Amino acid sequence: MSWLSDEAISRLQAASALPDFGGTRYRLVDRVGSGGMGVVYLAEDSILGRRVALKVLDFPDASGELAARLLREAHILARLEHPGIVPVHDAGTLSDGCVFYAMKFVEGRRLDHLDVQKDTLFDRLRIFQRICDTVAFAHARGIIHRDLKPGNVMVGSFGEVLVMDWGVAKILSSAPKSHNQAVPAGNASTSIHSPTAAASETAHGEVLGTVGYMSPEQARGEIASLDTRSDIFSLGAVLQYLLTTLASTPPQPLSAIARKAMQADRESRYASAICLGQDIGSYLDGLPVSAYPENIFRKIARWASRYRVAIVLVLTYLIVRSLLLLWFRR
Amino acid sequence: MNKVVYGLILGGILGIFDGLTSWFTPEVRPQLLMIVVGSTIKGIIAGVLIGFFARKVHSLTLGVLFGLGVGLLLAFFIAHMQGKYYFEVMLPGGLVGLIVGYATQKYGNSGLSTPSRS
Repeated sequence: MSWLSDEAISRLQAASALPDFGGTRYRLVDRVGSGGMGVVYLAEDSILGRRVALKVLDFPDASGELAARLLREAHILARLEHPGIVPVHDAGTLSDGCVFYAMKFVEGRRLDHLDVQKDTLFDRLRIFQRICDTVAFAHARGIIHRDLKPGNVMVGSFGEVLVMDWGVAKILSSAPKSHNQAVPAGNASTSIHSPTAAASETAHGEVLGTVGYMSPEQARGEIASLDTRSDIFSLGAVLQYLLTTLASTPPQPLSAIARKAMQADRESRYASAICLGQDIGSYLDGLPVSAYPENIFRKIARWASRYRVAIVLVLTYLIVRSLLLLWFRR
Repeated sequence: MNKVVYGLILGGILGIFDGLTSWFTPEVRPQLLMIVVGSTIKGIIAGVLIGFFARKVHSLTLGVLFGLGVGLLLAFFIAHMQGKYYFEVMLPGGLVGLIVGYATQKYGNSGLSTPSRS
């Protein structure tokens, strides 16, 4: 009789900790990461022959509340069809009882892994505009994210920007009801059920989100009164992060935009993510931004910056022309 | 802004300055207004031609040479109408063409639908 080595035992332990994908169309490839609500695996869809990301709830969940929340996230993602939101392909329950959903596998890097030297201010602002577009779309569908932060934004290898992790999102309106129907779970053994009302709403006083990125009202646990302006605060904090991680000092109009978005009084923030994105667009186009009042000197400086190439060319002409005049009059 | 419009605006602005510099030549000062109008039109024509060239040909060297050639040629016509001041008119004219040629190659959009930062 031979004893198993420590290495073999640890391998067996690791394998037994993995969810059981037997009987499903998915073949486990790798463990990608974990979040507050589950573990994300890279898997291969054996029927379609493509790689997918599987978010699996593999924590003990006696009350079933976490499972309901994970399925609710899948429902929310399914109703948000947008280029900035990762599409859901499938959802269900594995044979070992773990709830999961399958989504597009996004290759890229998280926004909090930016390259200080390589990612210019222009690149960062373009990414931020795309985040604002996505969040504005979700708000239009009556959904607030509630956990916007650089770690929840993926920048794909082809420049696509995806807002991830809608696990603590809040549904403000009851638009498209059809998505709350039971969803077939592919080859999984059972189908999933609609999230219960209890699971779809966070209890008043409960604090969900990330410190430093959540709005003051969210941090106080005022869940019932949260609205889209809470996400505006978080967007401001994301912008602040993008500016403070620059190699150089951020321009004052952009700092003013971040400050306006992060006002403690939500009435003083931007009215919508669209307005916030528009102010960023104005800055990029060399136009005045609403958050940054300009005196005459600032206006001149902005105008000179916007038309600097033309100004340099005209000045070059004038200098050379003056030299020619002096030469002719010799 | 597309290259043709970019060339037109820049050529026009430089044309105005080009005309205004004739103030420094006392003998032509009385015709200053006519000179400014003429050199502005010359600058606009040069700018449009150079802008069209830049849309078709993407080469800084060829763009600058084409700009220089157009500027010199148009200035030659102006000087020829007066029958004198060839050097004084053609040299700044060539300079305008050269700058517009450089600018339209470096900046502005080739197409009409692509947005631009410049």
